[in-house]
Amino acid sequence: MTTMTPTRTVTMAQALNTALRDAMREDASVHLLGEDVGRLGGVFRITDGLAAEFGEQRCLDTPLAEAGILGTAIGMAMYGLRPVVEMQFDAFAYPAMEQLISHVAKMRNRTAGRLPLPITVRIPYGGGIGGVEHHSDSSEAYYVATPGLHVVTPATAADAYGLLRASIASDDPVVFLEPKRLYWSKADLDTTGAVEPIGRAVLRRPGRSAVLITYGPSLPVCLEAAEAAVAEGWDLAVLDLRSLVPFDDATVENVVRSVGRAVVVHESTGFGGMGAEIAARVSERCFHHLAAPVLRVTGFDIPYPAPMLEHHHLPGVDRILDAVAKLQWED
Amino acid sequence: MPVLEHRPTAPVPSWLPGATAPRTDPAPLLPDPSPVRMLGTDELKDQDPALLLDLYRRLVVGRRYNQQATTLTRQGRLAVYPSSTGQEACQVAAAMVLRQDDWLFPSYRDTLAVVGRGVDPLEALTLLRGNAHTGYDPLATRTAPLCTPLATQAPHAVGLAHAARLAGDPVVALAMMGDGGTSEGDFHEALNFAAVLNAPVVFLVQNNGYAISVPLAKQSAAPSLAHKAVGYGMRGRLVDGNDVVAVHQVLAEAMEQARTGGGPTLVEALTYRLDAHTNADDATRYRGSDEVTAWQEHDPLLLMERRLRDLGLLDDAAAAEASEAAETLAARMRAEFHAEPVLDPMSLFQHVYAHPTPQLLEQQHQLAAELAAEAER
Ligand SMILES: Cc1ncc(C[n+]2csc(CCOP(=O)(O)OP(=O)(O)O)c2C)c(N)n1
Ligand SMILES: [Mg+2]
Repeated sequence: MTTMTPTRTVTMAQALNTALRDAMREDASVHLLGEDVGRLGGVFRITDGLAAEFGEQRCLDTPLAEAGILGTAIGMAMYGLRPVVEMQFDAFAYPAMEQLISHVAKMRNRTAGRLPLPITVRIPYGGGIGGVEHHSDSSEAYYVATPGLHVVTPATAADAYGLLRASIASDDPVVFLEPKRLYWSKADLDTTGAVEPIGRAVLRRPGRSAVLITYGPSLPVCLEAAEAAVAEGWDLAVLDLRSLVPFDDATVENVVRSVGRAVVVHESTGFGGMGAEIAARVSERCFHHLAAPVLRVTGFDIPYPAPMLEHHHLPGVDRILDAVAKLQWED
Repeated sequence: MPVLEHRPTAPVPSWLPGATAPRTDPAPLLPDPSPVRMLGTDELKDQDPALLLDLYRRLVVGRRYNQQATTLTRQGRLAVYPSSTGQEACQVAAAMVLRQDDWLFPSYRDTLAVVGRGVDPLEALTLLRGNAHTGYDPLATRTAPLCTPLATQAPHAVGLAHAARLAGDPVVALAMMGDGGTSEGDFHEALNFAAVLNAPVVFLVQNNGYAISVPLAKQSAAPSLAHKAVGYGMRGRLVDGNDVVAVHQVLAEAMEQARTGGGPTLVEALTYRLDAHTNADDATRYRGSDEVTAWQEHDPLLLMERRLRDLGLLDDAAAAEASEAAETLAARMRAEFHAEPVLDPMSLFQHVYAHPTPQLLEQQHQLAAELAAEAER
């Protein structure tokens, strides 16, 4: 892969690859480890060319054992390295849950700040790519319910670069959720700008009627829905959270107060999910500014379906517009 | 017992592609045919008398430490104490073989090894006292936090050892766990990673025969736990875990091998916990008193004391000196643990993240307000 000029159009996959390369060039303590990340460049090619440039030790093909990978990364971080772990797919990160919850998330706290763990755990997540079972989970609810972890998810190639750089630079562990169906989406990337700090939502589209609050793989769907809503007479704002933990309450509050109606959209299951948290927070903080209850458009509360049925499960434009229609416009 | 004897040792047939060929003859990796012992043997005479006396003294102090911590628990001064009474030889030897730059990865039962490493007893016991998770600075003494989720510290030891090796530092990591812990997936993954990475790490399994109530026979059908090493392409060693000189010797050899690029070793030390699993456990529900009595005869402290007296290395004066050191430690523990710990409720919000999230700041203010209101009442 050639060196990037400061600004060019890239896919999200290329942006992630560039972020890893730039981080490894700038900081010799950044080490990658995972399954097939070396010679192959990862099954999604996110680590393409990195073993060749930085050597097999800094882009390490490990044995197939996710708890072992993350546990090893913990020890490496304890010795001063800055490991970036790749989990091959969302559902295959589950074996590492104990290491993540009991150690990665807690080590700083357990040691009164003496052993911070600057580990980034990259996880391709979500559906929409026709994957067979265990390849399409949206697992963010497990991670956001674990204090000590930051959880971020980019929805654009530019954010993929900036957020990954910020995650690797963070002295706290970050679960970095990569919406795999957006790996091939393109955007202009300027790698010369300052790294965006973790924790800020961004308004992707201004609007006056209602706001769609979303993140990761659902952002393009929401933007499409907002476009389609114009014909119905609705001027929808779209807010991209980018960071699930820390949660940008301030920006969410501002937007909701200015429009008075909100729909949360994500493709993971609804019950006990991120949308429930957002709806609760918005109700607690913006109750008197709301003209309607906060609604959720999410995946159904089912195990991720077979690929030929997944389009029924994933929130689409129509389902989002149906929710918008229910926002008590007659009042 | 050479468990892999039935495996073909014949050369790999020429038609078999190289990648699938067995890579090593397992024989050199197999554990010792019987547990290594030093105390009953002539080899003891070759040992440095100063080392033997030091080991003895540490056993005496260690035993007293265990007794005192157990008493403090009965008095309600510790929340829980998983005693290593009967396992002091492993605890003492583990701490002794570590150099200053090495790292120890202990389990909940290994506070004595942690204290032996130089951590203050008060700081080593905060977890079990209940006033803080890890009371010591892991970086200061290169001692990882006491680990409760079984065997999950093992991969940390591997990663740290791997990073040290990449840095060119002659650092070895020693991970301690119990027999039950060897059934956990993380144990398997750690050993496999260690062998593949040739990481300078030593795994010490204290096989005390039980995981709480479950005897080893229900835990593993392996001829010995040390045999598990062979499947990973790693050396397995078997040692009498109540023979402090033997444990020291076997661990020191494994540490040296790791330090000089020879890769990891799995050491199984056969021992016995003379106390219940913790103060909350009733060991009479799963083991008979005759078994305990038999092991009391094989007490690590007793064995060492007898041998050293036989050899004329230990006299009453040296023994008195050791028990005086033990009493001094016990008196200090009593004094310090009888004082109430200083607790700061606001510390709940420290060290969750490098910088608190907006949500944590709100919750912090909430607790501060609650405390202020309480103070006014
Ligand atoms: C993952 C996990 N499962 C269960 C427990 C509860 N538990 C604590 S100690 C213990 C027995 C462990 O036995 P062993 O590994 O032989 O160590 P020992 O206590 O004998 O030193 C169990 C089941 C735990 N701490 N971690
Ligand atoms: Mg045991």
